[in-house]
Amino acid sequence: MTVATHARSVTADPSAEGGAPVVLDNLVRTFGATRALDGFSLDIAPGEFVALLGPSGCGKTTALRVLAGFEQPDSGRVMVRGGDVSAVPAQRRDMGMVFQSYSLFPNMTARDNVAFGLQLRRQRSQARRARAGELLELVGLSDHSMKYPHQLSGGQQQRVALARALAIEPQVLLLDEPLSALDAKVRAELRDQIRALQQRLAITTVFVTHDQEEALSMADRVCVMSNGRAEQVATPSVLYAQPSTAFVAEFVGVSSRLNVARSTRGVNLFGSDAPVRGDVHAIPHGDLDALVRPEDVSATVAGDGLGIVTHRSFLGGTTRLDVGYAGATIKVDVRSSEADAFELGTRVTLGLNARDVLVTGRRPAS
Amino acid sequence: MASLVADNIVEFEPPTTPSRSPRRHRIRLGRGLILLVAAAYFLLPIYAALHFSLQDNNGNFSLQPITAIPSQPGLGSAFFLSMRLAIVTMAITMLLMVPTMIYVHLKLPRFRRVMEVITILPIVIPPIVLILGVLQAAPGWLKASPYLLSLVYVILAMPFVYRSLDAGLGALDVKTLVEASRSLGAGWVATIWRIIVPNLRSALLSATVLTLALVLGEFTMASLDLWSTLPVWIVAFDQTNAHVSTAVAMLSLLATWLLLTLIVTLDRSTSRQQRRKRTS
Amino acid sequence: MLPFLLYVVLGLGIPTLVIINLAFRSASGHLTMSNINTITSGGQYLTGFETSLKLALVTSVIPGVLGTLIAYAVSTSRFETLRRIVATASGVLANFGGVNLAFMFVATIGFVGLVTGWLARIGLNPWSHGFSLYKFWGVALVYMYFQIPLMVLVITPALNGLRPAWREAAENLGASKWRFWRHVGMPVLTPSILASMFLLFGSGFSAYATTEALTGGTIALTPIQIGEFLQGNVISGEEHIGYALGFGMIVLVLISVIAYVTLQRRSAKWLR
Repeated sequence: MTVATHARSVTADPSAEGGAPVVLDNLVRTFGATRALDGFSLDIAPGEFVALLGPSGCGKTTALRVLAGFEQPDSGRVMVRGGDVSAVPAQRRDMGMVFQSYSLFPNMTARDNVAFGLQLRRQRSQARRARAGELLELVGLSDHSMKYPHQLSGGQQQRVALARALAIEPQVLLLDEPLSALDAKVRAELRDQIRALQQRLAITTVFVTHDQEEALSMADRVCVMSNGRAEQVATPSVLYAQPSTAFVAEFVGVSSRLNVARSTRGVNLFGSDAPVRGDVHAIPHGDLDALVRPEDVSATVAGDGLGIVTHRSFLGGTTRLDVGYAGATIKVDVRSSEADAFELGTRVTLGLNARDVLVTGRRPAS
Repeated sequence: MASLVADNIVEFEPPTTPSRSPRRHRIRLGRGLILLVAAAYFLLPIYAALHFSLQDNNGNFSLQPITAIPSQPGLGSAFFLSMRLAIVTMAITMLLMVPTMIYVHLKLPRFRRVMEVITILPIVIPPIVLILGVLQAAPGWLKASPYLLSLVYVILAMPFVYRSLDAGLGALDVKTLVEASRSLGAGWVATIWRIIVPNLRSALLSATVLTLALVLGEFTMASLDLWSTLPVWIVAFDQTNAHVSTAVAMLSLLATWLLLTLIVTLDRSTSRQQRRKRTS
Repeated sequence: MLPFLLYVVLGLGIPTLVIINLAFRSASGHLTMSNINTITSGGQYLTGFETSLKLALVTSVIPGVLGTLIAYAVSTSRFETLRRIVATASGVLANFGGVNLAFMFVATIGFVGLVTGWLARIGLNPWSHGFSLYKFWGVALVYMYFQIPLMVLVITPALNGLRPAWREAAENLGASKWRFWRHVGMPVLTPSILASMFLLFGSGFSAYATTEALTGGTIALTPIQIGEFLQGNVISGEEHIGYALGFGMIVLVLISVIAYVTLQRRSAKWLR
């Protein structure tokens, strides 16, 4: 089930067919009382793989559908290659879309499904079949080309859907949670294949998902969305290490939240003066919360420690401790080989590994 | 043949295509036209019949056909005959089908396939043909009683009743319910009566009402078996006073329609409830 | 289990066997093909079959198309109440009893019907142009009243099974509305539509009550002829003709039902 390593007629030049720059400019879309998109903007470079990540209802699917032309925005523009395509109907936008599930035409074989777009563009049947064959080989399904959708597994169906979308050599590839309906093992395999394919073809790709693991492992850049707006757009590592808002810090990866007081350099965290990312004075009034990641906190056994271990989770190489501290629960990762020292009830002292801490306004007690 | 249809309930799901372009208006006009013409075709005859039943013999508006109903010869006995047949049919059907279907759902799940096929058979043998065979095959003493019709009506009702009960039982997890009930100490009869039947209420109601509607409207077999049930009376009386006949026909239609609407709404609300319960 | 099977055997099996048996027997009890021959070799019985088949065909194809259009029009409408009304209505109308329906139509377009009167006033009285409610096309018109809702009822699950993702995928790949229907929509729907038409065919072929109440037995249709036979209008030498007619009906309806079930199963695979 590996992706073919040779691709004859497929280009790798990012400025040619596959890689079109896309700009979503201040899109607004309301459904009744809800604002699905609230001034959403995003710039995508040619050949870039961008993931739209967020919880359900954040607007990511709406954004994708506006880009595809299935929804009309109330205001804002969609630009492809510098041209405004907002008025162009979906069937002429030249984008390939892979849907969540069950989108293959049931009355056609895999090969005919893939060739459908070409048939519409009046390619001759021999050329169509050859091209469809190539694409099916690319996704590793040439043996299944004469099968009907109901004879294929979920993972196979999605690979055919991918081949079908790529057959028309679109300017942009759109994927709407294509892996959510598949089981875990198939999901992981397909993830790698999609990414490998995308990189070889250097096609601009927008991938919608609610699964952060997918987004972080596949994308060049991730756009975290919430309530119809972009919270942060950055590469996966920057997103993880330097979340710019509390939402991102808590949605991507694990964060612990605790009340802190202002101090000289920033805030008072675990008894020491911790530097803060950005300017703590930018939040001039009110109390502050700090958000820290488990791997950034260290725990040392100490009889007079202010923290108490309340829970342990074995995660393989690391063990995650829940430490009760100053009324909050801080998650701390320790090496499993050293975890024996941290029985439940052990008193510990917490410290911060040198990293700027994200600070946010204090969340009212729920 | 309508009984062959899987659900008597049809669910139209909301459309998902975007509804925002100029050519949509043209499509909407065409669609509206189709529906308008259809509505006219279906509503006109009802109106015409009502109009006709509220006329006296000179063609003027009059409530006379309605008020004359109680005094028409033969109508009372025809109506009561139909009702008696309906009650007997419903009783036999329930006693026969409910235990059988519970048994099949519990012990012989594979038999459901066979039952599906069996319940298609009454469709294959149309009523007109069935009565042909029944009249020939039935013994004389049975033919002398109107309840022969009831016995045959049970066969006619079978497809409806089967599908109704099958859907109802399928939505319950009968096996688990029975095991839970038995493990708590209840015997078979108690289990069926107190646990299963109450949960089948809407399916049972639906089956009962459909059977009732069937019997009250059944003309073919009753007329050829020479019994004066309500529909048979209506046709016969048409020679005497068409207005009264039509009035009676419309009344029985109204009753049937009310009953059927009742189960359709009941069915939909309980199935929605059950769906909600399952997704929580 | 046993009581049920027993009942079915007694109530359904035995009458059927009796019919099949008597279809092939002469009045004196000998095995013979003469009954079958009589009905298939011309004359009123063959005409009856032909007319019945023609009626069933007309009232399955036309309502088939109209029913599909109506079902489609309703399922793509945005009005929730409309959908609900039509759903209820089709469930009720498809089960309409024959007698009531006949009376309604007599009141509407019979010789002194309401609509007849309206049309006469503008000079378009159908009766004076050769139309008769009690002949073929009149009966067909009445049949449509329950055949169309039946079609709506049967085809709607299939229409609902058309996934929006297909339409969007086709659009995304560049297909216009027509091309979608031509390449995907119609091919997927066709087995269901055909299956439903077979169902309608069986229904139109077997109907008795409506026609009898309407025409009083004056039209040459097979079910009516069976009715006449049961009412004692038998010619000597053709004592068992009714059974042969019944046998013929069973065969034809059986073919219909088998076609329906087969096509339905195939389309179910696609419209999961």
